[in-house]
Amino acid sequence: MTSENDMATVQAKIQKRDGTRGMAEIALEKVPTGIRGLDQVTHGGFPKGRTALVCGGPGTGKTLLGLEFLVRGVQLYNEPGVCVAFEETVQELTTNMASLGYNLDQLVRARKLAIDYVEIERKQIEETGEYNLDGLFLRLKQAIDEVKAKRVLIDTVELLFLGLKNEAVVRSELRRLFHWLKDAGVTAVVTAEAGERSFTRYGLEEYVADCVIVLDHRVNEQVSTRRLRVVKYRGSSHGTNEYPFLMESEGISVMPITSVGLTHGAPTERISSGIAGLDQMLGAKGFFRGSSILVTGTAGTGKSSFSAAFANAACKRGERALYFAFEESPSQILRNMSSVGLDLNRWISRKLLKIHAARPTATGLETHLAQMYKEVEDFQPDVVVLDPITNLISVGDQSSVKAMLTRVIDFLKVKNITAMFTNLVFGDDIEERAIGISSLMDGWLVLRDMSSGADRIRTLNLLKCRGMAHDMRVHSFTLGEKGITINGNFQTIGAPQSK
Amino acid sequence: MATSKLSAPRSRSNSARPASERRRRRALWELRLYVAGMTPTSIRAFENLKKICEEHLQGLYSIQVIDLLERPMLARGDQIIAVPTLVRRLPTPVKKIIGDLSNTERVLVGLDLRPAGGWH
Repeated sequence: MTSENDMATVQAKIQKRDGTRGMAEIALEKVPTGIRGLDQVTHGGFPKGRTALVCGGPGTGKTLLGLEFLVRGVQLYNEPGVCVAFEETVQELTTNMASLGYNLDQLVRARKLAIDYVEIERKQIEETGEYNLDGLFLRLKQAIDEVKAKRVLIDTVELLFLGLKNEAVVRSELRRLFHWLKDAGVTAVVTAEAGERSFTRYGLEEYVADCVIVLDHRVNEQVSTRRLRVVKYRGSSHGTNEYPFLMESEGISVMPITSVGLTHGAPTERISSGIAGLDQMLGAKGFFRGSSILVTGTAGTGKSSFSAAFANAACKRGERALYFAFEESPSQILRNMSSVGLDLNRWISRKLLKIHAARPTATGLETHLAQMYKEVEDFQPDVVVLDPITNLISVGDQSSVKAMLTRVIDFLKVKNITAMFTNLVFGDDIEERAIGISSLMDGWLVLRDMSSGADRIRTLNLLKCRGMAHDMRVHSFTLGEKGITINGNFQTIGAPQSK
Repeated sequence: MATSKLSAPRSRSNSARPASERRRRRALWELRLYVAGMTPTSIRAFENLKKICEEHLQGLYSIQVIDLLERPMLARGDQIIAVPTLVRRLPTPVKKIIGDLSNTERVLVGLDLRPAGGWH
């Protein structure tokens, strides 16, 4: 509170002193981090010429985020950087970053990056009497001058508390350090360990109050999810949610996925479902582009075949299709689909189709979501298939799965991507089971498998299709080498009345 | 201000020479005092150090004073973060003592000139 008042007085003073320039100072200038998604979440990046605090427990990716801020600075904005490393040696940092595809060595040799490893060996150090941390300041200044740095990373400054006994000195010197960084005109990132009662163990947020980012790494039922949250950003709006993020071979990606809301447009263009008979049922035109379609059915009713046919049709139109497979490997899908007359291989080789296979249990929901988001951003598909979403429920509870699907649907809708989701249900009460998610969907296709004497008959029923006249009757269909064939009206055989 | 007092040490090598005249060859204790500018703390640290050395290591030591304002590059080599820092380079192992060295006991313990605690 008080510090906020201080800020106001300072700004008022600046205004008084500098007249109009004061106004410019109030409008917060930002430095884009260049980290995927983070600039969206922070609405433009870190506060320019100030210090941002990145805190989190061990292994949450603080160092990598900081280093990526430096590396991206060099690569994208030609802003050299300095890393003061308390925890890891230059060698260790270089190796770690190599796993994310960054060559620190090269940047150092090009004099775009300076890394100073600060070793504090408490066992070697005796303290007696007054001292200050000018040694550290001078090293930092030296490094900044060396490469004419605009960005600074201090990782993890709290080790000073462990290395030096006089906490009062460390505190006052840290305060001085952050002021000094401000005066030096560099944009800094300081990393700190998460604390129990405050964001950081030693309450560093007291000193660095402009921008605080918390990283988190949670494990739920053996599945881990990384999350990032901007808890404070003085003088700026920012996304307030927890955002999942990934650490992958191309660095960190933060996924600013939220419920985008119901602001997306409603295209009237229609696209084929890939099955002539089904298109017929949809007023002979197919689904609306950008709509979300749910396909539910018991085991072996042909859900995957419907979604593959849908993807196939998109590729035939020359569009791009992205297929998320949560149950089968890509080669398994390709093999099985060739048995129903779908040659998906050719689309893959033409780069129109991409199959992304992942076990639902391999990662948490958020991570799945983040991965999907990233794949979609990379591949820019026109249609997306999620086959099946059922298994995701094994990773999260019903409500979080629903929340996740809402986000996926919103995200895809905004991008005008048509999506098909398959859902495996058990037992007879298919309609009951899928009720939770079906309300999110624009279209709902129910597949059933019924016995009729010695035969089993496959049936399909368009239970819902928003915004268009459609055939509500139950039809039978066959799966064969020529694909899916929908037969005439099935009602006569005595299927349950649908309405 | 007190520059004159430290002008000898600032020449950064064998600053203790004038006092313990040319016993450098026998200097078994190689000490470095890192400071940042000639602040009162720096001066105090140097004086405290010199006094202790004269008392306990007469003729066996050399003190090199390094002003990091002039030679910031040297801070990395000895891993200096605080000033003043006294580094005992010889005899090994390397020892560091941070501060103005005002507590003689602690300095002696830090330099291994006196055993720590009452164990022995």
